[in-house]
Amino acid sequence: MTEQQKQNLNETESLDQKTRQPLSRRSFLKIGAGTAVSLTAFGWALSPLANLTEDISLNEFLQQHYERLTPEMMAEIIARLEDEIKHDYGIDPSIQDIKPLNGVEYAYALNIGRCIGCRRCVYACMQENNTSRSPEIQYIRVLELEKGTLDLEKSSHYYNHKAVPQKDKYYMPVQCQQCEKAPCTKACPVRATWKEPDGIVVVDYNWCIGCRYCMAACPYWARRFNFTKPVIPKEEITTEMAYLGNRIRPRGVVEKCTFCLGRTRQGLYPACLEVCPTGSRVFGNVLDPDSPINYILNEKRVYVLKEEAGTVPRFYYFFDK
Amino acid sequence: MIRDYLVFLWRSVRLSFMGGTKFYIWMAFLTILSLLGLHAYSKQFAEGLVLTGMTDQVSWGVYIANFTFIVGLAAAAVMLVIPAYIYNNKHLHDVVILGELLAIAAIIMCLLFVTVDLGRPDRFWHLMPVVGVFNFPISMLSWDVIVLLGYLILNVHICGYLLYKRYLNQEPTMLFYVPFVLIAIFWAISIHTVTAFLYVGLVGRPFWNAAIVAPRFIGSAFTAGPGLMIVAFQLIRRYTKYNITDEALQILRQIVTISLLVNLFLLGCEVFKEFYSDSGHTSSARYLFFGLHGHDALAPWIWFAIVIEVIASIILLIPYLARQMWFLNLACVLAFVGIWIEKGMGMVVPGFLPTPLGEIVEYFPTGNETWICIGIWAFGLLLFSWMIHLAVPILSGKFYHYTKKT
Repeated sequence: MTEQQKQNLNETESLDQKTRQPLSRRSFLKIGAGTAVSLTAFGWALSPLANLTEDISLNEFLQQHYERLTPEMMAEIIARLEDEIKHDYGIDPSIQDIKPLNGVEYAYALNIGRCIGCRRCVYACMQENNTSRSPEIQYIRVLELEKGTLDLEKSSHYYNHKAVPQKDKYYMPVQCQQCEKAPCTKACPVRATWKEPDGIVVVDYNWCIGCRYCMAACPYWARRFNFTKPVIPKEEITTEMAYLGNRIRPRGVVEKCTFCLGRTRQGLYPACLEVCPTGSRVFGNVLDPDSPINYILNEKRVYVLKEEAGTVPRFYYFFDK
Repeated sequence: MIRDYLVFLWRSVRLSFMGGTKFYIWMAFLTILSLLGLHAYSKQFAEGLVLTGMTDQVSWGVYIANFTFIVGLAAAAVMLVIPAYIYNNKHLHDVVILGELLAIAAIIMCLLFVTVDLGRPDRFWHLMPVVGVFNFPISMLSWDVIVLLGYLILNVHICGYLLYKRYLNQEPTMLFYVPFVLIAIFWAISIHTVTAFLYVGLVGRPFWNAAIVAPRFIGSAFTAGPGLMIVAFQLIRRYTKYNITDEALQILRQIVTISLLVNLFLLGCEVFKEFYSDSGHTSSARYLFFGLHGHDALAPWIWFAIVIEVIASIILLIPYLARQMWFLNLACVLAFVGIWIEKGMGMVVPGFLPTPLGEIVEYFPTGNETWICIGIWAFGLLLFSWMIHLAVPILSGKFYHYTKKT
């Protein structure tokens, strides 16, 4: 046996024996001290959890996907959500799960020739949809463009003039295009976002895991994320709320324009259309041959944004006086 | 038999806490960094992703950048497995398990980086097949969950089985590991391809919506992964006296050299396509390399990455230099850092900029976000060091099963 082999053997014996010997009194003391130090350090590391701003109840934690909810479960969930909103925001909300109407498919058209870029739609939308005011979440982005270009990179998002419209500028509001072949619904790993039979793309805010893959997938930058719990002054809250629509969102989930489904599925116009002072916005049921939207689609020269993306939007643009 | 296994586990736990002073210092250092990361994550968990630098415009940041890079490290274990098991390379046989342990640590880091990126980590169970609602096979992210978890299970099984058999001093049964090794080879390629497809499938993001992304991911992974192994194996050799031959390191050197050149070639292809055609779709690349409309936060980083990758390839291409360990290590470190920048932040952030509506909002990670990243890296290293600490004595026959003195 060489020296090296002997040394190896010794090392082997010692290691092997060390892990086989019964624990000594000394090692018990060591383990005790080690455990105490580790628990303290671990407790310190987790200490910020004491400031948890959002309390998650067991029922909320176990809530199922929208498709799996029975009417009874939905009633319970709505009661719980109403309670939570009342507690957190000090108002008395009424939440309804408003279903799509039979024989209805929505489409939207926007007259770029008339839009003056006043952003009234942007603020009416925030008001109706209970989006966070701090940080501010807006579903509609109005782009100010130079005449002669459709290059979005040359657009101004944050124009701030004393009066609009500015000479030689035109304005293009962009919101969710409710694509027929929506890339966002394909991206979602948990089917928390899907297209309803009436063409509206919705989000189940209680199923979304907040991975934001849908935001990366959207070619129209139409989706927003709640980085914090939404902050909305009590007096600005719209109390009529739709489960898949304008109810106040929890923190950490994605939201988007739903064509104001709480209003439109009950026969009203979307808030952005109603407020528009120029009549640039046209909305309706494409399956109804007499609807104004059908008139526009048939009679005007309409186009869609980023047609090359192949997503088949339900949102059309046209130029008219 | 079960008793033997329990004894093995118990002894392993005890062995985990036995070592020299250097071992204790190293593990304590990593534990402290991990806890600092956990502390930062607790803050984020309590207050939300508002503590990060991410915005609606740049909705993924340094978490997903690190995730993408580390998937590559995990996949790179295959570059040891193929020569060792398929071509029966003797030199690599001693280190292949170490490479697979690295893959295990890397996959766990990936899962952590994805978890810290979630806005609702409390809803992780929605992602689980059966109990949740799994958008499979439509969503590429659901594929990613499957391939990452599958790869983790495969490697845990292969390493666990082979190490335990060695501990028992028995020959492993081919049937129990060879089929899994073969599956793991294809699986390794798949984890990185699927991760690339996460980006490639997005029609609204021209910078990512390019077929070259997947091959580039593989090329850069097979540079950074084996590069890390070259350095790690020398450290293991020095501190544990485990026998890793110079020949094994030289095989890895050749892999790194070829992969780095392939990676730079593919980068060149991309740069040509973007800038020669000079279409509207070039904006993201222009932002990355030169800045756009006065915003150029990433430009110095990407040029730094390219310069150090070129230096690394020059060293690797001169055999006189590359055969000297000092230069080889330098080249590996440079290539590793260069690729971390290039396919981490240099790949993720420009994909978002300009936004589909033409806006440019720069992204800077916050301090808290950075601490979470440091914590996960430290935890990954801790995990790898711990596995090495157990595996090396088993592999070198210093920690084994016996019942009676013979």
